[in-house]
Amino acid sequence: MNNSLLFDFTVDKAKKTVFINREFDAELSLVWDAFTKAELLDQWVAPKPWSSKTKYMDFKVGGKRFYAMVSPEGEERWAIQEYTSITPKTNFKMYNVFADKDENPELPGSEWDHTFSEQNGTTKVSITIYNESLERLERILDGFTQGMKMSLSNLENLLATLSKK
Amino acid sequence: MRRDIFQAIADPTRRAIITLIALQAMTPNAIAENFHTTRQSISKHLRILTECELVKQEQQGREIYYSLEIKKMKEIDKWLEQFRKIWETRFNQLDQVLSTIKKQKK
Repeated sequence: MNNSLLFDFTVDKAKKTVFINREFDAELSLVWDAFTKAELLDQWVAPKPWSSKTKYMDFKVGGKRFYAMVSPEGEERWAIQEYTSITPKTNFKMYNVFADKDENPELPGSEWDHTFSEQNGTTKVSITIYNESLERLERILDGFTQGMKMSLSNLENLLATLSKK
Repeated sequence: MRRDIFQAIADPTRRAIITLIALQAMTPNAIAENFHTTRQSISKHLRILTECELVKQEQQGREIYYSLEIKKMKEIDKWLEQFRKIWETRFNQLDQVLSTIKKQKK
């Protein structure tokens, strides 16, 4: 892994906006695909041990992705992304809301803006996420950290069992 | 109703109050002197900050002093740090996906 790749993450609490910049050691078209194609997205967007499952994805303005983050115990947390603007291989914007399994949205959601640029084979992605309520972020976090704690305690149990032998 | 801690610090006057009392404990009157607003309005802001447990009150003689609950402020940073970690994990996973695809292409 190339450690000189940029990663910064800042939160403007007053503006309720998260700013993320990250560089990837890959050409722009590949990184663009990783953010805009369901089969690639599902491979990385869910922090392990969670997994991502896309029911359908129609990447065009006005199109949607309906997907779930699946916990290690199999619990599904559904969400909808609606694409509001697409400039191929440069920028796309979307509106993200939580939903139930029947695709009923739970407002408010968050507005996402992704910008892509390439320099000397390195692709930089800049993401801004505006949340109408930062408590929404808390909800996202609660789910994942519970999942992580759960898998950590599983690991602890496993280690304890193994060390007894 | 549970107070949204981020809503509390989203207000510019409340942020200014936090900055002021971070340096020293102050009475509501002393705080109000720093703003072109009514004493009532400052009291309202202090009440919201207290409800969010961002500030604490201490009675000294006849006066009530407000000071910053540093621990609570640190909690916010800790909370955001966890959120940052999720993105870090996510992007490390993406690095792997990208490197796998690159290898397949060769």
